Amino acid sequence: MDNALRELYQEVILDHSRHPRHHGVLEDASHKAEGYNPLCGDRVMVYLKLDEDGRVADIKFEGKGCAISQASASMMTELLKGRSRAEAEKLMSGFLHLVKGEKASDLSEDDRETLDVMSGISEFPMRVKCATLAWHTYKNAVEEGKNAVDERNNAVEEGAS
Amino acid sequence: MNAPQKILSSFNAEKARADFEILSRQVYGKPLAYLDSGASAQKPRIVLDTMRDFAQSEYANVHRGVHFLSAAATDRYEAARRTVQKFLNAAREDEIVFTKGGTEAINLVSYSYLAPRIQPGDEIVLTVMEHHSNIVPWHFLRERQGAVLRWVDVRDDGSLDIEALDAAITSKTKLVAITHMSNVLGTITPLKEIVARAHAKGVPVLADGCQGAVHEVVDVQGLEIDFYAITGHKLYGPTGIGALYAKRAHLKGMRPFNGGGEMIREVAKDRISYADPPARFEAGTPPIIESVGLATALDYLSAFDRKAVAAHEHDLLTYAREQVRQFNWLKVIGDAPGKGAILSFEAEGMHAHDLATILDREGVAVRAGHHCAQPLMERFGVSSTSRASFALYNTRADVDALIAGLHKARGILV
Repeated sequence: MDNALRELYQEVILDHSRHPRHHGVLEDASHKAEGYNPLCGDRVMVYLKLDEDGRVADIKFEGKGCAISQASASMMTELLKGRSRAEAEKLMSGFLHLVKGEKASDLSEDDRETLDVMSGISEFPMRVKCATLAWHTYKNAVEEGKNAVDERNNAVEEGAS
Repeated sequence: MNAPQKILSSFNAEKARADFEILSRQVYGKPLAYLDSGASAQKPRIVLDTMRDFAQSEYANVHRGVHFLSAAATDRYEAARRTVQKFLNAAREDEIVFTKGGTEAINLVSYSYLAPRIQPGDEIVLTVMEHHSNIVPWHFLRERQGAVLRWVDVRDDGSLDIEALDAAITSKTKLVAITHMSNVLGTITPLKEIVARAHAKGVPVLADGCQGAVHEVVDVQGLEIDFYAITGHKLYGPTGIGALYAKRAHLKGMRPFNGGGEMIREVAKDRISYADPPARFEAGTPPIIESVGLATALDYLSAFDRKAVAAHEHDLLTYAREQVRQFNWLKVIGDAPGKGAILSFEAEGMHAHDLATILDREGVAVRAGHHCAQPLMERFGVSSTSRASFALYNTRADVDALIAGLHKARGILV
């Protein structure tokens, strides 16, 4: 098999895509957002439970998509859990650089080691969006996702009354 | 496999293949197996050469100058119109409107023909297998004018139930908009019968011929169809040009779509009158070089025995279909009788995009995604499919590369 493909579809990635971590609905989410890739029709839902100072107390995702998007979402949940807002932002910025084949100086050595399996994607520019979908959705959830949860709760309450 | 052999003898795909220089290139060090002609076909050398020669020796703007080159270019542009007329067997050359593609052709009908006729509650009948270009213009009329879209389902094999279509056409129907050939399923619709059923109820029919005109011989007079849209780049011609065939009676009553130069009779400060069709619908400088390219492509295609070309493409489809039939991990979507040479499928444990990436590295170009046909994806309960589409220049070697690539992808992903 050619090396670029071997890099892209290595065992860690396939394992994450077949057995995604933190998969499902987070019932007590404080933030959530839906991500959509119009190119392929893939969707991902990211649920967050942020504590008062914005730390990711819990995270889950739902969705169907290609191996790259599923693996990326799964790895993201593992990495983000427990991170402060600032740490998460650095992580995301580093990841975005990494998948585009740019220097990911924002990443700590540990994170770089973990995310190294995703670096093969930079050889496949048409697939970078698959890898970044979950991360962009996470960002939307943090920035605008509180309303999404509140609206739903209000709707449920109104419906009940 | 007995009958096609005789027909195949009148069409030599290997020979035709040599007309397409790009097909001899490699990608990632592998021979190119181009199975994405349904998205856009490659162009034969004669199309590219003719466009360059025309631009180098006869080019100027059309219908404007009195000078030598303008006259020459106008002749070529109008000759291209007659080539399209002949290709579709239209009765008159002024029934052919040049557009920038199939999408614009359908939008022209939506804006100029249908919009003025739509009252809230009026219905437009279409099928779930339409390409977005034959959905979105009608959605506009739903959003803006209260039109109702009446969707006709397809059967599980992807074929059209003509009775269901007939039942959807009511006294409220203002147009039937239907594909001639599905870009996902390959289903070819019985246009002649559809037109007969619709006309019996006084309803006009538009066909999206972007795929159909490539694989079928179109006779708009024989079909008695009202509107037929084509695009150049799927017909082995250039991008940026397409055409709408519309019956003269419809065109005469249609108001302009785009406003600008070329489409007027007279402009004053407080009044305006419009040119006769087709000029009325060709505002601004048209795709002149592209028109010459399109005409060359149609001449190129028409020089072959079209039935033999179709038989060749069908042979490739059958050859691929018979092999994937053995794979219990692969589900073909669209198996309608008499379908055109498009193979869409879903492979267990392999997302279409992962599959397409691995095939790509093997030199096999397929399309992955929703194919601009999301209602159809919903109908079959999938978010995306992989699609191999066959053209006159494909050979069994391309199919072999596809099959080998499928096995390889399975080895990696499953």
